[in-house]
Amino acid sequence: MNTEFNQQPAPVAVEQRRLRSPFYSRLSALDRLNTWHEWKGYTSTDALYDADLEYFAIRNSTGVFDLTPMTKYRIRGADSLDYVDRLVTRDMRKIRAGRVAYAVWCNDQGQVIDDGTLFHLRDGEYRLCSQERHLAWLTAAALGLDVEITEETHEIAALAVQGPTSFSVMKNMGFAGIEELKPFGLAHFDFQGRELMVSRTGFTGDLGYELWIEKGAAEALWDALFEAGKLHGIRAIGTSALDLARIEAGFLTAGVDFLPADGTVRSGRSRSPFELGLDWLVDFKKPNFNGRRALAEEKRRGSTWRLVKLDIEGNKPAHHSYIYRQSRGRRKQVGFITSAAWSPVCKQNVALGTVSMPHGAPGEELLVEIYYQREMHWSRVMAKATVVEKPFWDPPRRRATPPGVY
Amino acid sequence: MTERYDAIVIGAGHNGLVCAAVLAKAGKSVLVLEANANVGGAARTREFADGYSVSSCAHLLYQLQPDVIKDLGLKIDVAAKSIGTIALAADGKHVRYSGGSVDGVSNADRDNFAAFHRRMARFSDLLQTYVNRPPPRLAQGSSRDMATLARLGFDLRRLGKTEMRAFLRLIGMNIFDEVEERFESPLLRGALSLDAALGTHLGPRSPNTILTYLYRLCGSHGTLSAPAGGMGAVTERIAQAARDRGAVIRTGQPVRRVIVENGRAAGVETESGETFSSWTVVSNADPKATIMSLVGARHVETGFVRRVHNIRMRGNAAKLHLALDGLPAIEGLEKKDFGERLLIAPDPNYVERAFNPAKYGEYSQAPVLEMTFPTFRDGSLAPTGKHVLSAIVQYAPHDLKGGWTSEARETFRAAAIDTIAQYAPDLPSRITASELLTPEDIEKEFRITGGHWHHGELTLDQFMFVRPVVGAAQYRMPLDGLWLCGAGAHPGGGISGAAGRNAARMILDETAS
Repeated sequence: MNTEFNQQPAPVAVEQRRLRSPFYSRLSALDRLNTWHEWKGYTSTDALYDADLEYFAIRNSTGVFDLTPMTKYRIRGADSLDYVDRLVTRDMRKIRAGRVAYAVWCNDQGQVIDDGTLFHLRDGEYRLCSQERHLAWLTAAALGLDVEITEETHEIAALAVQGPTSFSVMKNMGFAGIEELKPFGLAHFDFQGRELMVSRTGFTGDLGYELWIEKGAAEALWDALFEAGKLHGIRAIGTSALDLARIEAGFLTAGVDFLPADGTVRSGRSRSPFELGLDWLVDFKKPNFNGRRALAEEKRRGSTWRLVKLDIEGNKPAHHSYIYRQSRGRRKQVGFITSAAWSPVCKQNVALGTVSMPHGAPGEELLVEIYYQREMHWSRVMAKATVVEKPFWDPPRRRATPPGVY
Repeated sequence: MTERYDAIVIGAGHNGLVCAAVLAKAGKSVLVLEANANVGGAARTREFADGYSVSSCAHLLYQLQPDVIKDLGLKIDVAAKSIGTIALAADGKHVRYSGGSVDGVSNADRDNFAAFHRRMARFSDLLQTYVNRPPPRLAQGSSRDMATLARLGFDLRRLGKTEMRAFLRLIGMNIFDEVEERFESPLLRGALSLDAALGTHLGPRSPNTILTYLYRLCGSHGTLSAPAGGMGAVTERIAQAARDRGAVIRTGQPVRRVIVENGRAAGVETESGETFSSWTVVSNADPKATIMSLVGARHVETGFVRRVHNIRMRGNAAKLHLALDGLPAIEGLEKKDFGERLLIAPDPNYVERAFNPAKYGEYSQAPVLEMTFPTFRDGSLAPTGKHVLSAIVQYAPHDLKGGWTSEARETFRAAAIDTIAQYAPDLPSRITASELLTPEDIEKEFRITGGHWHHGELTLDQFMFVRPVVGAAQYRMPLDGLWLCGAGAHPGGGISGAAGRNAARMILDETAS
């Protein structure tokens, strides 16, 4: 199928033209469920054949996820380091060329606009990858600096290749030296005469890679990848499987676990990095970054909210539940769940939630109110929930370099 | 070894000098660095032709705050007090007004004008209280902020129900509607329209031109005086007051940048590479120049930079200086009338039409003018028997389509002179030399971004709590140790000294605590 055709909007009933990713031809060929949803203007699949099996591909072999709709910006220019260093809260001077940084960026009020990854592609050149679009903010941040911001969301095709056998797949692809690539490292390879960027990053908390290439080479890359992974259980996956994996890994989704600050209307609905448990990303040793003054003030005064990871008793996912604290027989509502799932790999009922300070300290026991339906009838349980500090799923293979051959 | 001061003021404009004087009076060691060879900034007396001098921008004094005069013990020599205004009519039937009285109009207009002036004066008194103190912060205000807010509410209420409503109704309104409703005389309407629009990128139909009119009355209810020796003499007096209190003023020292160390202002570096240290750096430059050039956007946060970047400050007033071999003849004017302020603004629509081209980056073909003959009462400004005409000419947009080429300047100068010549036919033959300062020249010469005298349009969205921008209204910039003391800060432009004095008091408050 030709690529031109794939770029045409898919015919839909309403005037809502969804773009097709450069991988659409390959995805649709594998699709049996026909469950598509909109993701940042693109049509994206929930699941292609079975969400559970797709999830197990991530944890047991290799799952391939099309992340082309992720927002991507290229940042270039003499001041690009100063630019990114002021943009995000962490110290970007430590992120050398060939490294990737998970980062959050804030407005002047210290409220998180979004989180994402910054790829230091080469000296003076970065790619910022995030859930939401931010051109207006990024352009404003460029005022007075010698830096050029280009949106390349539609130009760069990207695949996440995640799971224990993903390293073997990469080796089969013939990427020389891939075994040396550490977590949050990136390398450039030649792929059929085009530059392919491979980063050891992902949204699954597992061993995995992300592959970035100009869209014209997308289908060829897909085909080569699936050929290389044939004997390693490679499978295409949809959003449902990925979402489960990211909850297990304790990763946040913008618009779900927090709201991008520029999208909130009511005061108090946005969050600071501290309130998202991202203290480690805030470096006050930097003399200036967006939000520094407000965050220093918050550090002094204390935060309002805390993001918690909860290990909940029972096996019923605590979707949208209220969180309570019980003390001396009285129950007080202290927060709510934002993401919840039964984790097949951890055999745990896990959730991410927001509680008001000072509640939610690690080890604290809380209650969550879970509603569930059985044969039309609703029931309610008050389940014990323990605040945990570590991600639910964090296998050593995620960090091993060279990675194990599975 | 760099010299260290308690405070460094960048720019010896009148606000910078007032600020330096107040700080020095409190015992601070203060250094003022001025780029030009003389102090005064845009408020200076300059020789524009051999033997002919003129006030470079503002040529009349009416806003210098009594609090500033008192605090600094200033003695201002005036060549003329209570200067009246004459709105010129082509047929010689001019309208004259001064304070609340007006001549050359119907009895109804006369009564209405008195009532109008009374009300405006009363409203301006209310505003003036707040001109002379930092605007209160609305969010996370201190107890003092709350007290100021409460007082503002109380003062408003004290106007009485009817007048309070009138104030709240009028403050956002345009002058056009108000004068159309009140007055019959087109000439009077036109003159008041021009008063409201002077020095701005606003026409009489633009919103909140009543606010700009009120702002003009803050200080002396619009009573005009002409300083002896031009505006430069006033700023020289303020500079002397600062020096007397121990401030050091160095001219010819353009500041290249504010030194930022560990996220705070730590001093300045001049163009010549000299550095001076201080934990308090006060900028008399406009907010855009201060943040974007002197400090550098990278040292402050993005939201703030974006707001500063978006401050509206497009200069639209030009200054025309003519050296004359004698006074021109104007029908209906006696010789003594040349000591008054003369306006060419025959009716409000004329003023609005003059503004129209400026919206599209073109200058007025038939401009409006405010003219004075400073030499009439102050012989020191020109050779004996000779005269200077000093005129504010609107509208001349800073970003002129095609740029201020020599051709554009010539045609605009000719348009201005032709306009005057309609009232003073012999004027062109009396011109021996002339100078036109477009907003572009004002930008270059006085280092004011956009050549806007007010360092930012005086509109409700850039006034009081939100001047220069939200979150920085109390002179303290979101970079520790950096302050703003010029017209870009509250309350705004005009030779008032209020911004400089308020800033100094905020700085002293902070260093005391």
